[in-house]
Amino acid sequence: MGIIINLIGVFLIVFIIWWFWIYKKQSEAQVQGSALDIIVDSGVYEPSVVHTKAGEEVTLRFIRKDSNPCSEKVLFSGIDVSADLPINIPYELTFTPEEKGEFEFACQMGMYRGKLIVE
Amino acid sequence: MNNKSKTTKRFYVSDISCASCVTTIETALKSVSGVDEVQVNFADRTASVTGDVSSDKLIKAVGESGYTASLAEDESSSSERQNQDLVHYRDLLKKTIIAGVIGVLILAVTMLGVLPDITTPSGQIAYGVISLLTLFVLSYPGGRFFAGALKSFKNHSANMDTLISIGTGVAWVYSTFVVISPDSVSEVARHVYFDTAAIIIAFINLGSALEMRARGKTSEAIKRLIGLQPKTARVLREGAEVDIPIEQVLMGDIVRVRPGEKIPVDGEIAEGTSHVDESMLTGEPVPVSKKLGDEVVGGSVNKSGSFLFKANRIGKDTALSQIIDMVRKAQNTKPEIGRLADKVSSIFVPTVLIIATLTMMAWFNFGPDPKLTYMLVATVAVLIIACPCALGLATPISVMVGVGKAAEYGVLIRKGDALQKAGQLTTVVLDKTGTITEGRPVVTALEPKDGSSEEELLKIAASVEKNSEHPLAEAVVEASKERSLELISIESFEAISGHGVRASYQNKLVLLGNSKLMNDNGINLGALTRRSEELSKLGQTVIFVALDGQPLGLLGISDPIKTDSKEAIQRLQESGIRVVMLTGDNRATAGTVASLVGVDDFIAEVLPQDKANEIIKLQEQGEKVAMVGDGINDAPALAGADVGFAIGTGTDVAIESADITLMRGSLHGVADAVAISKATLRNIKENLIGAFGYNTLAIPIAAGILYPFIGILLSPIIAGAAMALSSVTVVTNANRLRWFKP
Repeated sequence: MGIIINLIGVFLIVFIIWWFWIYKKQSEAQVQGSALDIIVDSGVYEPSVVHTKAGEEVTLRFIRKDSNPCSEKVLFSGIDVSADLPINIPYELTFTPEEKGEFEFACQMGMYRGKLIVE
Repeated sequence: MNNKSKTTKRFYVSDISCASCVTTIETALKSVSGVDEVQVNFADRTASVTGDVSSDKLIKAVGESGYTASLAEDESSSSERQNQDLVHYRDLLKKTIIAGVIGVLILAVTMLGVLPDITTPSGQIAYGVISLLTLFVLSYPGGRFFAGALKSFKNHSANMDTLISIGTGVAWVYSTFVVISPDSVSEVARHVYFDTAAIIIAFINLGSALEMRARGKTSEAIKRLIGLQPKTARVLREGAEVDIPIEQVLMGDIVRVRPGEKIPVDGEIAEGTSHVDESMLTGEPVPVSKKLGDEVVGGSVNKSGSFLFKANRIGKDTALSQIIDMVRKAQNTKPEIGRLADKVSSIFVPTVLIIATLTMMAWFNFGPDPKLTYMLVATVAVLIIACPCALGLATPISVMVGVGKAAEYGVLIRKGDALQKAGQLTTVVLDKTGTITEGRPVVTALEPKDGSSEEELLKIAASVEKNSEHPLAEAVVEASKERSLELISIESFEAISGHGVRASYQNKLVLLGNSKLMNDNGINLGALTRRSEELSKLGQTVIFVALDGQPLGLLGISDPIKTDSKEAIQRLQESGIRVVMLTGDNRATAGTVASLVGVDDFIAEVLPQDKANEIIKLQEQGEKVAMVGDGINDAPALAGADVGFAIGTGTDVAIESADITLMRGSLHGVADAVAISKATLRNIKENLIGAFGYNTLAIPIAAGILYPFIGILLSPIIAGAAMALSSVTVVTNANRLRWFKP
C-alpha cells in the first residue's frame, strides 16, 4: 500500500511537469485573410498560439465568453497593444506587428496566456 | 424630427457560410418595423442597420432566421457593460448564498450529531443525500471552476480553477468513498468533508464578487472621464439653433454654449466671451478666461457668458476622447517591477500542484494516524490556500488606479514604465522658456545707440523678426504693432541657430542676435555691453541689432515667470529631487531666473540641438533624469530622458516624444506626477510583498509545517476564506490610492 501511494505521488509529479511544462502542444492558428477569431473562455485562449507575418496588418477578433473579471483585459507584452474585452461581443483588435519575434499575450493576471509569433 | 432618433447599428453575425445567408438575414432584418436600410457584409460577417429600432429586436430577428447576431463594440455603451457586470455580480452572490446555505446546513447537521452512524444503512442514505447536495454545489455554484479547469487542462495550462476544482473535487470523492464503503477506511479516518467542499465554493464565489466590486472602483477615473462627455450639442443649422446628438456634430459647425453647460466638442470661440472650468481635464482649479479665437475643449464647463464656437475636432479626435484612449491604454501596461510576479504566476499553479503532491506523500510517510485524514486535510488546504490571482493582480491593479489618479490631476501617463521611472527620479531638468516662464515674452527695454531712435530700432528689428518663428521674435513684432510701426520689406533672411538672424533690405545688412553673433562679425558693442549686463541681471534676454557693421541698439525681452513655478520647484526639491534649469540664454540672464525660482543648478547657452546631450551627460553621472519641455522643440531631449514630460500643451494630448503629458501649464503637474508615481510604486510594492508573503507563508502552513512544532494544521475552510480574502485585499489596497492627494 505504502509503495503504491508513493509511486502514485511520483507519477503525479512527473506527469504535472510533463503535461504543463514539457509537452507544450497548444492550439495554433495562422492569421489568413481577414480576422482570426480567438475565443476567451474557461481560462484559455483558443487558439492560444497565433502566427502572423511582420509588417502585415492583423485583426484578432476576441470573443470573450467568460464573465469572470480575470478575462476582461488582454495585454500584449513587447508591443504596445491592449484591449478591454466586452462579454459576448466580439472585439476586433487591429494592429501591425513590425518586428519579428514571439510576443506573449495574457490577461491582467497572467492566467489566460497566449503567444503571437511574428514571422 | 424623426431623423434624430435614427441611428446606424453594426452587428457581427456568426454562421454566415454562403451568399444566400446574406439574403436571408437581410430579409429578416428588413421585416423589423422601424428599419430603413440593411446591409449585410459576407466578407467580414457584419450587418449594418439604419433606422429607429432597438438592438434587441434586431438581434432577435436574426436569431429567428437561424443565425446569431451580436452588437459590435462601438455601439455597446458603457451602461450595457455596467449591466453585464451587475448581472455577473448578482450571479456570484446568488451562487455564494446557495453554496453557503447548503455548506452551513451540512456543517450543522454533522456537528450536531443528529445523523445516524455512517456505517449503518440509514446513515449511508443520509450521508448519500448530503453527498448529492454537495455534488449540486460543485456542479452549479462551482461548475465554472470545473469547466475552466478541464478546458485549461486539455490545453496544457493550469489556473486558479484547477486548484479549486482539484481541492474540492478530492474532498468530495474521498468523502463519497467513505459513504459508499465506510469499512474500507479505519474508524478514526472515517470523516467526511462535504461541508468543507461546499463552504470553500461559497467563499471563492464571495471572494470573486467582492473582488469584482472593488475592481469596478479601480476604473472610476475612466468612467468619470467618459461621464464628462455631454450627450447633445446645440448647433446653428439653417439659421436656427437646434439640439442634436453629439455624434451628429460636424466639423465647422457653429455651436452655442450657454452658462452652466458643458462644451460638447473641441473648437475655437467665434463669438462672445466667458470663463471656462477645465479642471476635470487639466487639473487647473481656476476657470480660464476665453475670448474670440481662443480654444475650447469638449467636456469642460462654461461658467459665465454665452458664446458660439466653431467645432474643429469631433468624435474620436477631441482632446477628451484622446485622453480617455491614452488613460485606458496606459492602465493596461505593466511596469518593469511587475515582471517577476508575472514570471512566478506563469509557473505558479503547476508548482502548487507539485507541492500538494509532496504534501500528500509527506503526511502519508511521516504523518501520525489517521494518515488518510491528515493527508487529505493538508493536501486540500494547500490547493485551496494558494492564490495566483493576488500575485498576478498586485502590479496591474495599482497601475490602473495610479494612472487614473494622475489623470484626475491633468497628468497623462503613457505607460506603466513611466510611472515606475517617475517614482525613482533623482534629477528634473526644466526647460526655461514656456516651462518655468510663461513662454509669452514681451519687449521690456529698448536702448537705441546715439543717433538712432526707439522707433527706428524696433522697426528694423520687427521687420527682420516677422520672418522668424522664434518665440522672442513674436514679442518684437508684437511691440511694433503696439506702436503702429510700418515695417520694411526684407529681401534676404538667414537664421543662425542659437545665435540670431542675418537679413538684408535695400542693400543694407542687418544682424540681430546675441553678443556672440556681434563679436563673430566684428561689431564693437561699446557701452551697450554694460547695459546688456545690467538687463541680463534682471533676467531679461538681450538682443543686439547692428546695421551695416555698426551697432544700432539693443532690445531687452523678458518672459514672466509663472506665478507658481517657485513653489512647484520647492515641492520637487522637498521630495529629494535635484532641479536643474536648461536654457539657451546667456549665463547672466539664466542665473537671475535660476535664483528667482530657486533651482539647484542651471545650464545656460545651450543650443536647441544640444539639449539632448545635456540629458545624456547627467545620465552618465548616474542620475535618473526627467526632462520637462514643450514636447515639440524639446522632442529629442524628452525622448532621451528617463521620463519626458510635455508641459501645458493645451488640447494636444498625443505627444509621441513624451512619456507624460501635462494638461496644464503649471510645474505643479510635474510634482503631482512624481508624488502619484511614488505613491503608486509604494502601493505596488505593498501588494507584491503581501502577495508573495501570503503565498510563501500560507502554503507551508497549509501543508502542515507547523504541525510537528505546535500541532497546528489548517482547516481547508480557513484556507478557502484566506484565499478569497487575499485577492480582495490586493484590490482594496490599490483602491486606497484613490484617496491619495499629491
